[in-house]
Amino acid sequence: MMFKCFIEVDQVAYISFGLHAGRMVQIIDAIDQKGALVDGPCIQVRRYIMPFKCMELTDFILKFPHSARPKYVGQAWQKADTSRKWAAMGWVKKIKARERKAKMTDFDHYKVMKPDVGLEPTNHEVMT
Amino acid sequence: MKALGTPQKYKKMKKCSGHTVYPGQVFKKSPLRVKNFSIWLCYDSRSSIHNICQEYQDLTTVGGVTQCHGAMGAQHHAQAHWIQIMKVKETAARKCCPPEAKQFHSSKIKFLLPHRVLCHQHKPRFTTKRPNTFF
Repeated sequence: MMFKCFIEVDQVAYISFGLHAGRMVQIIDAIDQKGALVDGPCIQVRRYIMPFKCMELTDFILKFPHSARPKYVGQAWQKADTSRKWAAMGWVKKIKARERKAKMTDFDHYKVMKPDVGLEPTNHEVMT
Repeated sequence: MKALGTPQKYKKMKKCSGHTVYPGQVFKKSPLRVKNFSIWLCYDSRSSIHNICQEYQDLTTVGGVTQCHGAMGAQHHAQAHWIQIMKVKETAARKCCPPEAKQFHSSKIKFLLPHRVLCHQHKPRFTTKRPNTFF
């Protein structure tokens, strides 16, 4: 299997668990084998060292000099329109669908089971 | 201002033998900038005593020293009570010597995370599927 995602300095990563789970951050600088300095200026995430364990890499690579200040990281983020591109990804839609499915009530389960009864499902979105 | 930690807690000393140099909190210097810390230390190994200099990258001195203690324990089996940190100094990247420290200085650094071991090993604890380690 070909490795496609490398840890690179200007890469955008998704935080899968831990602090700020579920958010997107920018890798500013790799500190060592275990973690990187990350920042999310557009989503109110302060700069901190995050272990690679918590990260899942995305294909977005922005353009700014390494260890740039939050202002320039934010500018690069806005310029590349990362938030919108991220929201449009299939990955994100699946995450949201999973979350909504976890919040389904018993009544929602019934609505899905019996779609011909005429009750519109409101609370959920089932993954197809 | 109430002292967060009195010296008596950390070192064997009495009020009469010490001298208050600064009565306030000493804040971290630039905690958002990645720095290289050179740490000179003296540690006891099983057979002899050694003076070494280690270099680590971190945001704060505290973080650098923590990394040092961890690395000393892992590589040299030196526990904290056998280590004396003599000097911690922030160094410029070009003055760092060891290749392990210099390899992360490149701005165009690029590496893989191969074979990503599962973090949530107990969620679920029992499963019929082998974990995916490629992502």
